Amino acid sequence: MGLFESLFRTSSSNKSAALAKERLQIIVAHERGSRRGSPDYLPALKKELLEVVRKYVPVDQSQIKVHLDREGGYEILELNITLPDEEQRYGRD
Amino acid sequence: MATVIVVTSGKGGVGKTTTSASFATGLAQRGFRTAVIDFDVGLRNLDLIMGCERRVVYDFVNVINGEANLNQALIRDKRVENLYILPASQTRDKEALTKEGVEKVLNELKQSFEYVVCDSPAGIERGALMALYFADEALVVTNPEVSSVRDSDRILGILASRSRRAEQGDPPVKEHLVLSRYAPERADRGDMLSVEDVLEILGIPLLGVIPESQTVLQSSNAGVPVIMEDGSEAGAAYGDLVDRFLGKTLPHRFITTQKKGFLKRLFSGS
Ligand SMILES: Nc1ncnc2c1ncn2[C@@H]1O[C@H](COP(=O)(O)OP(=O)(O)O)[C@@H](O)[C@H]1O
Ligand SMILES: [Mg+2]
Repeated sequence: MGLFESLFRTSSSNKSAALAKERLQIIVAHERGSRRGSPDYLPALKKELLEVVRKYVPVDQSQIKVHLDREGGYEILELNITLPDEEQRYGRD
Repeated sequence: MATVIVVTSGKGGVGKTTTSASFATGLAQRGFRTAVIDFDVGLRNLDLIMGCERRVVYDFVNVINGEANLNQALIRDKRVENLYILPASQTRDKEALTKEGVEKVLNELKQSFEYVVCDSPAGIERGALMALYFADEALVVTNPEVSSVRDSDRILGILASRSRRAEQGDPPVKEHLVLSRYAPERADRGDMLSVEDVLEILGIPLLGVIPESQTVLQSSNAGVPVIMEDGSEAGAAYGDLVDRFLGKTLPHRFITTQKKGFLKRLFSGS
């Protein structure tokens, strides 16, 4: 092994902690994402909710928003449905 | 009201039992009535580290099953007042720790102790889940090494989602990082993750850094928690850790290399 190569080896092994950190940041971010990301039932929930709402009020897919939030130890499922004006009035007594 | 603290990590062999023994001893030395429970069913170890293995008569599972009462099973430490050990069972029945059983024992302990320390087994199976389920606070023991850091992150995820506090929507389990087996000279050379690296990745407050130390092995040979070894760095680091846990603000020691030059060595006489 030449001087150049051995110099290179030393310097790259000196960086092994940096490499460890980089690999950890990637894997941990990935695992947190799958752990804390939105649950896989959300799309189905959204679709079924839409079906129920449509029995009473004509709304379309784009007017319903389902959002899952985490705050401290709580999970908040936020549901936002924008009702069309006329129907809204019709629904009141 | 008593506080339940789990000492956990995911990965095995990182220093959970060493930490549990010294942490519980330190709390008791400072006057708090403390019980430490070995949750490692089938692989009892804490009794050896605490030096009370020959006084084990009944164990945790005996109490759960009603075969002994808590007072019969608790071992009173001979050296430190206020300190009691509840040994693990050597049964091979992994189902022996039921949620109801563990809860019953913890509730009883909480009536007469101020701190209950739960030494978790490795892994993310039943024993580890039971050890953390009822916790109010967690000491996450991590070594500056990739697999340990990753496992600690997974345990943090479990604390945040599967502890009783998480399930009931109570304030979350308070997390503390214990970075153990730290070798400052290796971190300085760049071939070991540094304190800052680990903190940046895990993102939880640092309670203490325990240096890699020969004394840990020696004290475990003798059955004396390392916190009781006067003059040892690891022991002093555990002492600081306990004081910080109890609210003191102390600088972290043993995290930088002591580069003593010739003159300095000459004048400091060491
Ligand atoms: N700070 C340290 N320095 C050197 N050796 C240590 C240190 N902490 C723990 N050890 C050693 O590591 C091994 C595993 O420790 P232990 O506390 O039993 O880990 P765990 O309970 O997480 O499996 C033991 O041999 C112990 O003596
Ligand atoms: Mg152990």
